[in-house]
Amino acid sequence: MALAQLKIDTTEARLADARVPQGAAWGNAARADAMARVRQMGLPTKRDEYWKYTDPASLTVADAPEAAVFENDEGLLFADVDRLRIVFVDGVFDADASDDLTGEGLEIDRLAIAMDTDIHWAKELYGILEARGQTPVERPLAALNTALATDGVVIRVTGKPTKPINFIYLHRDVASDAVLHNLVKVEPGAEVTLLETGPAAARFSELLEVDVADGGKFNHVRAQGRDHERRAVTHCFAKIAANAVFKSFTLTFNGVLTRNECVLEIVGDDAIAHVAGACVGDGRDFHHDDTVFITHDAVNCESRQVFKKVLRNGATGVFQGKILVKKDAQKTDGYQISQSLLLDEDSQFLAKPELEIYADDVACSHGSTSGAIDETALFYLRSRGVPHDDARNLLTLSFLAEALDEIEDQNLTEELRDRLEGWLARHS
Amino acid sequence: MLEIKGLKVKLEEEDKQILKGVDLSIEPGTVHAIMGPNGSGKSTLSYVLSGKDGYEVTGGAAMLEGADLFDMEPEERAAAGLFLAFQYPVEIPGVGNMTFLRTAVNAQRKVRGEEELSAGDFLKEVRAKAKSLKIDADMLKRPVNVGFSGGEKKRNEILQMAMLEPKMCILDETDSGLDVDAMKLVAEGVNALRSEGRSFLVITHYQRLLDHIQPDIVHIMAEGRIVKSGGPELALEVENNGYADILAEVA
Repeated sequence: MALAQLKIDTTEARLADARVPQGAAWGNAARADAMARVRQMGLPTKRDEYWKYTDPASLTVADAPEAAVFENDEGLLFADVDRLRIVFVDGVFDADASDDLTGEGLEIDRLAIAMDTDIHWAKELYGILEARGQTPVERPLAALNTALATDGVVIRVTGKPTKPINFIYLHRDVASDAVLHNLVKVEPGAEVTLLETGPAAARFSELLEVDVADGGKFNHVRAQGRDHERRAVTHCFAKIAANAVFKSFTLTFNGVLTRNECVLEIVGDDAIAHVAGACVGDGRDFHHDDTVFITHDAVNCESRQVFKKVLRNGATGVFQGKILVKKDAQKTDGYQISQSLLLDEDSQFLAKPELEIYADDVACSHGSTSGAIDETALFYLRSRGVPHDDARNLLTLSFLAEALDEIEDQNLTEELRDRLEGWLARHS
Repeated sequence: MLEIKGLKVKLEEEDKQILKGVDLSIEPGTVHAIMGPNGSGKSTLSYVLSGKDGYEVTGGAAMLEGADLFDMEPEERAAAGLFLAFQYPVEIPGVGNMTFLRTAVNAQRKVRGEEELSAGDFLKEVRAKAKSLKIDADMLKRPVNVGFSGGEKKRNEILQMAMLEPKMCILDETDSGLDVDAMKLVAEGVNALRSEGRSFLVITHYQRLLDHIQPDIVHIMAEGRIVKSGGPELALEVENNGYADILAEVA
């Protein structure tokens, strides 16, 4: 079907001055393929079913809208965690601020280097999972990222490094328009933890492709914000093999527009895939969208989606989550919950949970709720002497607890909980 | 300690008068019991005193040590020394019992200008008090009242009372849903807290709780008023003859 004129116009306007980085032949081909995908699909508009609740205009416009630089008064997250730091300033790798890109059981290259190397493992991954993830739902902004990404790192995990890797994002330029593409390849039996923290750019597109081989383990904890004016679209495409474990958690503070897409494909038996998110937003200019698609294509696998949103003063939250169980994916255990806590009547939560199941021996459950603070619990706490706002914040934290519980490392959870307490105290 | 004069209360949402002029005076160190048939307004009295939404005071006053309760938010009433043991303790998933207790204790200390208890001191005190109520470490760790049995919930209420050390304790049908052993345990917890400076208002349907928590004065409540007051023997009279005789007598 021919693309609508609006779509063609939107796409061509965005691509008019876009510069496609050059490198080795395979890299150029991968980018050209991605560009062809972009032109074939066209960039999203508000009329697209998949963008019904989130207006993509500010993500597709050629010039990124500016965003004030946020003064971080809390210090870097996970500063006390012994971690391998990889720093990006407005989407540009900062070698001086980063640690050496070496570690036991790790091979790390800057994306530009990898894509300028004729023979590199990244060839088998760059844009590959993104392209696979374009069906059955098109994700043109992901293809655009693959075509245009200017920086990023590619990580091959061959062992069990003791330290987590931390992508530390710093935003210093009000007009920065960052496009990062990162790869993580977890070899059989290997394990790694990836942390992502900090405001990245005025407009930020990040794509993460994760290939977890048999028995491998990928653990991902991300904190977005607290910059208010950013626009961000992130994609995580993962392929999960037999006995492998994939876990991803994202905590989001503030943001004019954040769309986090997570597309997981379970291809090996007995694998586990968990994706969770919590967000807190205050005001009409907060819009947060979690879009998840999990495909079960193997036997006896477990997937979980746990998403919680705290919305106040007219904030908007969106959840689009799907579980697709293919015909032979018997003994699938799929769980999906999306909930919002609306702290006033102006805020809204839009949820589209979907199940599509072709196997006959599966257990899949899903639920979605919107609610206010439980007045009975609030009174109970107050009757014990806890002041109103403290009681409300305690109940808000308890609402988010199920999502935070998805984080494996308790120390990380504690630090994120402290940040949440701070946010709630400031927004009381 | 607690002075209630001519208290009239209606439901906020509908035009229904629940309390029609309650007078009650509780001296420091005494235990008062209120008995009465269903719908007489006993629980409403406890909720209004502790500040629950949904009720409108249309007349009268309630003073705690001379301070007007109706001028205070629920948390201020708690800090002033009022405590309500709930008939149906509320489950709060996601909030650990210990966190809840410490938040409450420290919030009240703060209002009173006292220093917060250190984590160590707090833990020591909770453990000692929990032990006498047969509340184990697991119950302290679990989310507030979630998955607790009826008896555990009520013991947890008494533990909160023991930790918060209120001056005026209201027990709203604390015996409901308890077997004899659980009731004895709860009663022992309450009796351990009896002191010269602390008063109790025990609301119950049945006399049996009063076997274990001996009241100084028993009141019979009916249709939003206290219709008769007397000594502990009044509770026995209810137990033996039911409310009908008493109600007929005062009608």
